[in-house]
Amino acid sequence: MVSLKTTLCGIELDNPLIPASGTFGFGYEFAEIYDINVLGSFSFKGTTKDARFGNPTPRIAECKKGLINSVGLQNPGVHKVLENELPKLKKCFFKPVMANVSGFSVEDYVYTVKMLDQEPQIGWFEVNVSCPNVHGGGMSFGTSPEAAAEVTRAVKTVTNKPVIVKLSPNVTDIVAIAKACEEAGADGISLINTLLGMKIDLKSKKPVIANKMGGFSGPAIKPVAIRMVYQVYEAVNIPIVGGGGVESAEDVIEMMLAGASAVQVGAANLVDPMACPKIIEDLPRVMEKYGIKDLKDIIGGAH
Amino acid sequence: MKDTIFTVLENKEIAKNTYEMVLMGDTDGIKCGQFVNLKIDGFYLRRPISVCYVEKNVLTIIYKVVGEGTEVMAKMEKGTEILTLTGLGNGYDVSKSGEKPLLVGGGAGVPPMYQLCCDLVAQGKKPSVILGFNTKDEVFYEKEFEALCGNVFITTVDGSQGIKGFVTDAFDKVDYTYFYTCGPEPMLKAVYNKSNTSGQFSFEERMGCGFGACMGCSCKTKYGNKRICKDGPVLEKEEIIW
Repeated sequence: MVSLKTTLCGIELDNPLIPASGTFGFGYEFAEIYDINVLGSFSFKGTTKDARFGNPTPRIAECKKGLINSVGLQNPGVHKVLENELPKLKKCFFKPVMANVSGFSVEDYVYTVKMLDQEPQIGWFEVNVSCPNVHGGGMSFGTSPEAAAEVTRAVKTVTNKPVIVKLSPNVTDIVAIAKACEEAGADGISLINTLLGMKIDLKSKKPVIANKMGGFSGPAIKPVAIRMVYQVYEAVNIPIVGGGGVESAEDVIEMMLAGASAVQVGAANLVDPMACPKIIEDLPRVMEKYGIKDLKDIIGGAH
Repeated sequence: MKDTIFTVLENKEIAKNTYEMVLMGDTDGIKCGQFVNLKIDGFYLRRPISVCYVEKNVLTIIYKVVGEGTEVMAKMEKGTEILTLTGLGNGYDVSKSGEKPLLVGGGAGVPPMYQLCCDLVAQGKKPSVILGFNTKDEVFYEKEFEALCGNVFITTVDGSQGIKGFVTDAFDKVDYTYFYTCGPEPMLKAVYNKSNTSGQFSFEERMGCGFGACMGCSCKTKYGNKRICKDGPVLEKEEIIW
């Protein structure tokens, strides 16, 4: 028997699989087709202080081995999330859930985290300082060590739950930002968010995405994610949630070897709603193939 | 929502760049006005295609070749297996049709009208149908609709078949209690303005997942934000902001 269990900031997970925010809603769409309690956890739809419609459509552009999205943090706002979404989530998911939070000012982050902190099912906060979609928004926090640290520090004052900071890969030095977050009190680092990309339609000769640019995700970005998880693992002592292009049990193992304690699956959920349960089911076979008995043993094994 | 494998039974060009594909698989629960999402080898996202006709274990779809994905589909041979998400979208509400519903389809918006027409006829309703195309070469399913109901009008923009002009140019020939429409957005808007009853509109948008998870295809309505793939693709006239 192999063990899939892992630990993230003191909370045990049955397995390392965590569907990434923005690809899994508040869980209940997926609960229609499988028991989502097979997951380690999931990170719910990025929540902001106020309701947001997000960016104009088209917001999606298909690419080779991935897609660009420019949803722009559409969500009903923290109050409606507490009132409508979390009660529905509670009916189909019985494990600690990861609350993904975004904001456009330090005060926004603090407000949203404070509101959500009252919800016992939230196990971790995943603070998104990296969403590349919103003009003048998340981007600015995630691209500067000082700003990322400032958000981390502020959020830590209003919750005792673990705070995991989700970083943007669209930076010169990911390590400096990860270290700044750790020094500011972050309990974990999540990476990577989407890579800023663009697709141009040859018929119209214009960008496909209404907002021109968007976040590129999917299997094409996995080597970038592996590299960044590897680099950050060398530099920090807090756990890492690794993600970016993961779509198989082999990818999960690779991400953990790079240094991830838990692994996020994003775009794959959109292409195959059964992606996560399939990976979980396949993990024991692949672990045996590579002589792995306990997943915890391989975290950072490539170093 | 179900993810199952369908097998191509038939795939043929029925009008210019327009293909009819007959698929065999689990059709349980598929409703008129819904769509299926097909995984095509070599492409990352699936292809959402509307349901044209469904009977036990046999699903017919009609698609227009508009890009690389549909080009690959057009070359699929009998026996090809396609991973297919079914039961997507809300579908049409046939209970509101009244006795004389009007069905208005334009181009690639014609196919969903066919299952709808079948369902309405089965309920003893007397539908009228207006089908709009650019030109004669693109016309399809005229005979299939005529076999279902007597009142079928074809419009072509260039006048090469039927009434010259747009679908709305045929409106004064029909008497209707309610309408259902699917087609390109300018056509939907024209129907919205021309119609004098309530009705339902089926929308298109670039989608990520097709089942409500990614918020890629959201739109604003009078009753709040809706996802075309999950809360739509069918919206009621009263909720559309135009």
